[in-house]
Amino acid sequence: MLAVYKRELRSYFNSMIGYVFIAVVVAIIGIYFMANNLVGGYPRFSNTLGSVTFILLVAIPILTMKSLSDELRFKTDQMLLTYPISVTKIVLGKYLAMVTVFAIPILLAALCPIIIALNGTSYLGTDYATILAFFFLGCLFIAIGMFVSSLTESQIIAAVSTFGLLLILFLWPQLISYLPTSAWGTVVGLVMILTILVFLLYSMTKNKLLAILVEAVGIVAIFGSYLLTEDSFVRLLPRVLGSLSCTKVLENFATYHVFDLAGLFFYISCTALFVYLTVQAVQRRRWN
Amino acid sequence: MIEVRNLVKRYGDRLAVDNLSFTAEKGRVYGFLGPNGAGKTTTMNIMTGYLGPTSGDVIVDGHSILEEPEEVKRFIGYLPEQPPLYIDMTVSEYLTFAAELKKIPKERQKSEIQKAVEFTHLQDATGRLIRNLSKGYRQRVGLAQAILGFPEIIILDEPTVGLDPKQILEIRDLIRGLRQEHIVIFSSHILSEVQEVCDHVLIIHHGKLLASGTPEELERQVKNTTLDLTVRSTSSEQVKEVLVGVPGIISVEEYTNDQPGQVSFKIEVEPDSDPRDDIFYACVEQKCPILTLRGLDMSLEQIFLSLTADEVKQPGSSFFKQFDKQEVKKSC
Repeated sequence: MLAVYKRELRSYFNSMIGYVFIAVVVAIIGIYFMANNLVGGYPRFSNTLGSVTFILLVAIPILTMKSLSDELRFKTDQMLLTYPISVTKIVLGKYLAMVTVFAIPILLAALCPIIIALNGTSYLGTDYATILAFFFLGCLFIAIGMFVSSLTESQIIAAVSTFGLLLILFLWPQLISYLPTSAWGTVVGLVMILTILVFLLYSMTKNKLLAILVEAVGIVAIFGSYLLTEDSFVRLLPRVLGSLSCTKVLENFATYHVFDLAGLFFYISCTALFVYLTVQAVQRRRWN
Repeated sequence: MIEVRNLVKRYGDRLAVDNLSFTAEKGRVYGFLGPNGAGKTTTMNIMTGYLGPTSGDVIVDGHSILEEPEEVKRFIGYLPEQPPLYIDMTVSEYLTFAAELKKIPKERQKSEIQKAVEFTHLQDATGRLIRNLSKGYRQRVGLAQAILGFPEIIILDEPTVGLDPKQILEIRDLIRGLRQEHIVIFSSHILSEVQEVCDHVLIIHHGKLLASGTPEELERQVKNTTLDLTVRSTSSEQVKEVLVGVPGIISVEEYTNDQPGQVSFKIEVEPDSDPRDDIFYACVEQKCPILTLRGLDMSLEQIFLSLTADEVKQPGSSFFKQFDKQEVKKSC
């Protein structure tokens, strides 16, 4: 794993990508820091960080786009997969290399609260907690980007799709507000979600019987519980899907200055899920 | 020892490898021979663990590639059709990375890399970026990573494609140099190369093993049963009539001869019979002097063509079709 990690890390600095990524993230954070904190005189760096989340949408796809798609394009995956190393270790090595590159601008940003402290009142606790949350959010986005990259040979497609996905996650809270709130609307929504999940299940297992069975059981369960407790279905859909919001956790840190431990766990578990999915995507290609 | 057991690989509806089984032993060079799309690369990809088989297994020293992939991959060095190179690294960086991945102990890494570099004559390229290397050098770097640490089994997928003649000779020498201590399996569609380098030939077509044996054994399998005859005569019909009467001759087929006053035939004779004396006397009787009479030796090339020709039913007729194509190619 260490060998893959070292190679990957070096490749980011052999090409422009590593430098461009770091420069862009540092520059944008720096501009907001200057405007809000240095010139504006606002003592909290956490709020500044909360308002530059959008930079992750642009910068993370640049970082992740080539991670696995380049291996396919240059057929170097034939080397990695025929060497005595497991796919999990390959993927983890790559992931940690990207996290390391991402950690560099974060470490530079960690200087900002100190600069504020040197010039007057500061809130180091909340500031550093927010930097931590920002870092974990970035790690989640990197995992998503890596997963997308493992699905295609083209860097461009990987970058654009990652950007699209991250944008949807970024706009998630606003999108949720368009969902129906009535009990009946919830039933329809749940059936649609169930169907999408069953479709994914089917495309992975190619087992028609299992898919039909799961769909049938799911529909019976949804309608059954709707008939039993209609009231609990009101506003259920926005509540359930709203809890999946990625930006909300960072908002808790940055705006409300709350240390959202559950939120961090949410980030970490989603990250683990996408790293796992990447391993599966690479494995799956071998068996097709 | 590597054993391939009933390997099947299906891509959707297409059967790429169809129940392929063979074993390979140490100290020999094995050649995979087959037309494009025969399933050579797929078989190699499965043997090295890059692809998973639909069914079947590959056993290396008692370990299954499906159950203990990492254990098996330790024994195998693989050079795929396109060498898997990271173009942003220098040759020595790349080989160090390969050595680390192969889990060669740190203290031995330097000497192993040195050995691989010397073996592939890359001494003067170690500091260069792979991006800037020519095709031949890239192929050699690919070969260097495959033989790095000198694993027991070395699998090379068309290692000489796209190289100039001098480089091809070099690569063949390299393969011969590996013979003693290793199992070398390589694929090629250059038949002379296989004939020259291999101890054992495996002919694959449509994912099936058509023939397997030493080049000499294969040549013996398809026996020399064809004669080429040219006589000076104006009437081909007359000569043909006489020839058909000679015992031991199955069929006589005339083919075009541009020289005036000459006629040429391809004569199929019964195996284990030698009617050349009788042909000579028959021609003398007809007063048509023999200009050439020679047995057509089956080279590996023709064996390959006759085995992989789809419509082969009777070795006679369609074999000639293939043969004519060969003649045309040679005279061009």
